[in-house]
Amino acid sequence: MQYELDVRRQLCPIPVIKTQNRVRELQSGDVLRVTCTDPGALNDVPAWCRINGHQVLDTVEEGYEVVITLRVGETSSAF
Amino acid sequence: MNAISEAASQPAIQRRAIGLVSGGLDSMLAVKVMQEQGIHVEGVNFFTGFCVEGHTHAIRKRDKDKNKRNNALWVAETLGIKLHIVDISEEYKDVVLNPKHGYGAHLNPCLDCKIFMVNQATLMLNKARELAGEKGFDFIITGEVVGQRPKSQRKETMPIISRESGADDRLLRPLCARNLPETLPEREGWVDREKLYDFSGRNRKPQIELARRFGLEEYAQPAGGCCFLTDESYSNKLADLWRVRHERRYELDDIMLLKVGRHIRPNDSYKLIISREEGENRFLEGYRYQFTSLTTVSCPGPLALIDGQLESDAALRQAAAIVARYSKGRMDDTVTLEVREPGGVAREVTVAPAHPEQIPVEWHVG
Repeated sequence: MQYELDVRRQLCPIPVIKTQNRVRELQSGDVLRVTCTDPGALNDVPAWCRINGHQVLDTVEEGYEVVITLRVGETSSAF
Repeated sequence: MNAISEAASQPAIQRRAIGLVSGGLDSMLAVKVMQEQGIHVEGVNFFTGFCVEGHTHAIRKRDKDKNKRNNALWVAETLGIKLHIVDISEEYKDVVLNPKHGYGAHLNPCLDCKIFMVNQATLMLNKARELAGEKGFDFIITGEVVGQRPKSQRKETMPIISRESGADDRLLRPLCARNLPETLPEREGWVDREKLYDFSGRNRKPQIELARRFGLEEYAQPAGGCCFLTDESYSNKLADLWRVRHERRYELDDIMLLKVGRHIRPNDSYKLIISREEGENRFLEGYRYQFTSLTTVSCPGPLALIDGQLESDAALRQAAAIVARYSKGRMDDTVTLEVREPGGVAREVTVAPAHPEQIPVEWHVG
């Protein structure tokens, strides 16, 4: 399944937190497209994905917007 | 097989710790010290709303050459640990508004803050133990160093944090543990006390030397801490907010806006938040649906939000003249500005830009 998350005008780390919280509700293999305006998200969301075992499929900068598409991996944390 | 040989044949349980990761060097080293002892560490980073991390870099274009990474995420990736970023901004209000142990030099409730964060980690630890048993966590680590911070990191505050957070002896400070009583992980032999450290005081050389020994060549060096509440100007703006509202409360948007722009208060009815450059302009744009705003139309200039009420046409003209003062038309006879209401209704006003002496220094908040 493909899902969208709009975190425009929110500043890091809020885009990361909202991505993290949305991913928790999704299944392994689901795709999430995150739209941000904080340029820091371009580093932070992919870093969060790498740390937590999710795959970044694409990052696109369009003007002031950054769109990051990720595929949810297996989650194994005790939290 | 007797009990002793049966026990010996069991694989050792890998102990698991929750590490409070701020993104700074000390918490990074604390995690690394544990990893060296074979402990599985997962990091937790708390978002209070006052974190210096990220926001200012993201807002201000002048910082565009600075690395916009989140240091806590970078530390986690460098050390190969998971990181959970937890939004505690709502619950944290009570810490800021009612600190049991008082404030530091400004509105920084550092001791209460540390107790609160360790308590949050303790709740996470308890929940994970309940849900996952041995796959949960055994103890908590922080990068605290005795004597490093005047308010929260003193020898006498260390046991207060352990006790009042509820972590008790499940809280281990690997960088200064040998200056403190033994904790559960040490007594149980999960970690070797002899391989922990006895750092104390504000001297950073031992940490820098340890980083070098671990081969950590890059790490964040926060100047003045990682919290806006330790900043005098920021604390003054927050105190001003409480004073004019006649109550000590705030919302997340309030404390975000205190990080941005020039804050000029001609009187208690309103304050201007004036952007200083393009990045702040863009950030304030997102608030125009909540605030009356002013922008110059006859020349390039800043975007300004009106926080409060303009109670007369004279007040509006005064606000417009102040904004014009910070525009490219400051030397012009007149500047035309657009006044837009939160609902989108806009009109124009033309004023003479204010002279510097018409904006007394005491109007500048912060």
